[in-house]
Amino acid sequence: MGQWDFYCISPAYRVASELALRTLMSDALSTPVLPEVFERWFDRRGWTIRRHQLEMIEAARAGHDALLIAPTGGGKTLGGFLPSLIDLAEQSRNAGKKRPHRLHTLYLSPLKALSVDVARNLTTPVDEMGLDLRIETRTGDTPQSRRQRQRAYPPDILLTTPEQLALFCASANAEAYFRDLKRIVIDEIHALAPQKRGDLLSLGLAALSRWAPDARRAGLSATIADEQGLAGWLSPQAPDQPDRFARIVRGDAGARPEVEILDSVETIPWAGHSGRHALSEIYERIKTARLSLIFVNTRSQAELTFQGLWDCNEDALPIALHHGSLAPGQRRKVELAMSAGKLKAVVCTSTLDLGIDWGDVDLVIQMGAPKGSSRLIQRLGRSNHRLDSPSHALLAPTNLFEYLECQAAREAVASNALDGEPLTAGSLDVLAQHIMGRASGEPVQADALYDEIRSATPYFELTRERFDQVLEFTSTGGYSLRTYERFRRLITDNTGAWRARTPQIAQRHRLNVGTIVESPMLNVILSSGRGRGGRHLGQVEEWFVEQLVPGDTFLFAGQVLCFEGLDEASARVSKSKSETPKVPSYQGGKFPLSTFLAERVRAIVQDPNAWSDLPDQVQQWLNIQQHRSQLPAANGLLVETFPRAGRHYMVCYPFEGRLAHQTLGMLLTRRLERLGLHPMGFVANEYALAVWGLKDMTDLDWRTLFAEDMMGDDLDAWLAESDLMKRTFRTCAVIAGLIERRFPGQEKTSRQVTFSTDMIYNVLREHEPDHVLLKAAWADAGSGLLDIHRLGDALSRFSHQITHQPLDRISPLAVPVMLEIGKESVRGDGLESLLMDVSDPLIDEALKID
Amino acid sequence: MTDALSALNTATYAFQLNGVEMLADRAGCLVLVEERTLIVSDLHFEKGSAYAQRGQMLPPYDTRATLKALSDCMHTHQPKTLVALGDSFHDLGADGRMDAADAETLHVLMRRVEDWVWIEGNHDPVPPARFGGTVLETLTIGSSRLQHQPDNAAPNGLIAGHLHPCAKVRTRGRSIRARCFATDLKSLVMPAFGAFTGGLNIRDNAFTSCFGRTPDALVMGRDKVYPVKASNCVPDRRSLTSRGG
Repeated sequence: MGQWDFYCISPAYRVASELALRTLMSDALSTPVLPEVFERWFDRRGWTIRRHQLEMIEAARAGHDALLIAPTGGGKTLGGFLPSLIDLAEQSRNAGKKRPHRLHTLYLSPLKALSVDVARNLTTPVDEMGLDLRIETRTGDTPQSRRQRQRAYPPDILLTTPEQLALFCASANAEAYFRDLKRIVIDEIHALAPQKRGDLLSLGLAALSRWAPDARRAGLSATIADEQGLAGWLSPQAPDQPDRFARIVRGDAGARPEVEILDSVETIPWAGHSGRHALSEIYERIKTARLSLIFVNTRSQAELTFQGLWDCNEDALPIALHHGSLAPGQRRKVELAMSAGKLKAVVCTSTLDLGIDWGDVDLVIQMGAPKGSSRLIQRLGRSNHRLDSPSHALLAPTNLFEYLECQAAREAVASNALDGEPLTAGSLDVLAQHIMGRASGEPVQADALYDEIRSATPYFELTRERFDQVLEFTSTGGYSLRTYERFRRLITDNTGAWRARTPQIAQRHRLNVGTIVESPMLNVILSSGRGRGGRHLGQVEEWFVEQLVPGDTFLFAGQVLCFEGLDEASARVSKSKSETPKVPSYQGGKFPLSTFLAERVRAIVQDPNAWSDLPDQVQQWLNIQQHRSQLPAANGLLVETFPRAGRHYMVCYPFEGRLAHQTLGMLLTRRLERLGLHPMGFVANEYALAVWGLKDMTDLDWRTLFAEDMMGDDLDAWLAESDLMKRTFRTCAVIAGLIERRFPGQEKTSRQVTFSTDMIYNVLREHEPDHVLLKAAWADAGSGLLDIHRLGDALSRFSHQITHQPLDRISPLAVPVMLEIGKESVRGDGLESLLMDVSDPLIDEALKID
Repeated sequence: MTDALSALNTATYAFQLNGVEMLADRAGCLVLVEERTLIVSDLHFEKGSAYAQRGQMLPPYDTRATLKALSDCMHTHQPKTLVALGDSFHDLGADGRMDAADAETLHVLMRRVEDWVWIEGNHDPVPPARFGGTVLETLTIGSSRLQHQPDNAAPNGLIAGHLHPCAKVRTRGRSIRARCFATDLKSLVMPAFGAFTGGLNIRDNAFTSCFGRTPDALVMGRDKVYPVKASNCVPDRRSLTSRGG
């Protein structure tokens, strides 16, 4: 199926489309909108072209960039490609068999697999219409020989990724290669634009527009919160002129999805994310559906859910597991089995979020809260690809708070209210990479490059001063101690154009292109018993393996494994006979609660009238909270203090997501320390933060404690030492090309040639605090790992509405976060305390002299 | 004076090496108390610019940062003799790349001691002549012998550098990796003092062949030196990640 659903439509839609078609045709257009060969093809299929597809053709004819927003199953991909196909069909008819192929359309998507999938889906109409077109994909996996052929003999349509475009930009002859480009199609644009990959892509697009000024852009997406923002992102800007926007084309909305929250007869737990209580009820739903996708938020949750479902799988239903850490071969197997209709259910993470359809899914189950309404809608789109019948989703909250979040998400879906990562100004590390790339391709004048870069919307406001700084950085490191002049990586030729000093420098740059800096991963190898060989099961984060000692058992790839030891870049494991793993879990990619859903959750909590839809156990929980303490106000901050087991606790409820809460915890404990209150630790979850210590905190001046100025010096002081900041800096340094990526087999073992990014960070902070790379890292910290912006916004919102409720014991709302204590290691300045732990009194005695 | 003393008490670790009283400073220098001799190893001046020369523009401030740290150590311990235990300059071209202001700082530091000894290393067989000082292959002070490279089966009293020892400890599910002094109380390998120097885990074979076993570690913490037994140190894997990062 899959590809055909792109084009199926119901009679009702056909009428609408025909009306639209007639309107368009009557617009005194001299040529019919759809060439005959296309009309005949639609007719033969018994289909009618859709209104938004016609509008895309129209936008292309008028020379407009266009942003197509249409629900999954709405023929979006065809809408993006029809203008290209029509154009190419005409070219091929006029020029005959022997026409020279020139690159006409470049398709860019965030996933390699998506490019392959779309290429396959395009082949069908192209073949059936007998169009003489060459369509090819190019990804990191494409063999060198084919890449070279693609360079010498370009296809008509090339499907690829942003990183490949960056590589083109950094190669000689890019200008000639792209000169005849007519169209650029960017798929899943909402997923790309807000990231660093989006910054890199926008810069690549700016270069394309310079080489091929006639090329028009089309963006495709099903879920866009900020439509104007993305329309602006998509369109090239002109320096010193008003903002430009792509034309927005909307597909018809499909039937509203039906979202149900599992009303479990079991008790919903106070905390945790296992969802164990709901598994048998979910199993029953799986039984009655054709094919279910069970989405979870973390890989550990995927493993647990998978195991739990098999525990109650009395009918031996074919239930599979799919997540990003599994070996590619394993994943392919599951995908093929889905397409072949051999599976009943698949437990998966966000790996199956985006556009590819592997089977005839009729039920989407979301375990745990969806964290954002756009993500939920995207996931819903994986089921039932017919616009006229609703897709069906079941949300299974894993704890009480999540029930509220599911409720908020359901309301958001019902009103089609979307959220999404905000678009931000382009990051400087990516800019550095791009400048190096442009100069590694063909020589480029600084003035022209500056104008080109400002045509990319994220860099529209880039000042010339900052541009020059980044240019200087790529060339010499940009240090005020100017000792590197003679080592310049970039030099100017006699026309004043910038280029890489040597071909080797350009080549080294090309090896380092891209913005994805992976956290270090280890292969998991299942020992075969003899020798070094074994089966590759997948990859886990290095830090997870770090905490294992040989003999520890953990859950991975759907089985309990026993850790045997480390071997080069692999963790060797064996199958374990034990049923319950000793090391509970590892978290892979936790999404923070979106600001948008947080607001809705706050609104539900504070308003007892909104509780009627909630199940009794949730209502009861909130009722007792109201009775025992009070409800957090929608725009205020509730702070509770209470004693418990010899300690004093403070719990507050900002509802701003775990990351922001952790940052807040860090800053609050610093303040409390200064006030002499000796805080001992803190723990955060998505909704609340708990801090504890030995002294009573009841009489604190809360407004001062939560005052916004903690975002100033305190933040600076903490960040300077923070591991998170160092990690952020490292990512920027790699992207900007200060530190080279390491590739398997290339790692150096000699101590003399290694250095640590932490030291570079420290030295820069001390000697060049205004360095452009520190600025880049600081900007990232604001939105990334530390969510500083979000915390800042929250603090200013709360500043005049802090309510303190002293209690003699724990409140119901505080229980979930208090249950996290002990489960999670408390992040702190505490790395030194590890040393204190192992520092040995025995050798101390032996060594020490008095 | 009291300030200097109290700082000294917390930031240094007093112990006996082969029966001789020593202070290991958390900043990475070693003091022979009796002789008022301050030892630092593997300064690697101009490592940053060595990378820059090959196209990787690391900050050019490593020499400056190293000199600053050295100056602080000299201020704390007021040594009569300073011994730089080899690999003081990252490579033979380091002298030519050194910024004039940094060279001047080094001159000033050298004038603050009665004796400045450059032990020859493998990176800098002959330290630049313009700075002066005494150049030696080994230096014997009482029963202590100072040289750059540790011998296999190091003799008692050997103090060497070259290996850049680092210890990694793991507890409570987290780990920390830091520079350290590696020692079995008879001989000792100094941590690298240079600002951009990486490290070699003391579980590496290089240390076993020197000490006959994995040495214990005096780990350089942020505020003090932590003695950690060999059995509490874990190996690195040969990883794809940056060391010490």
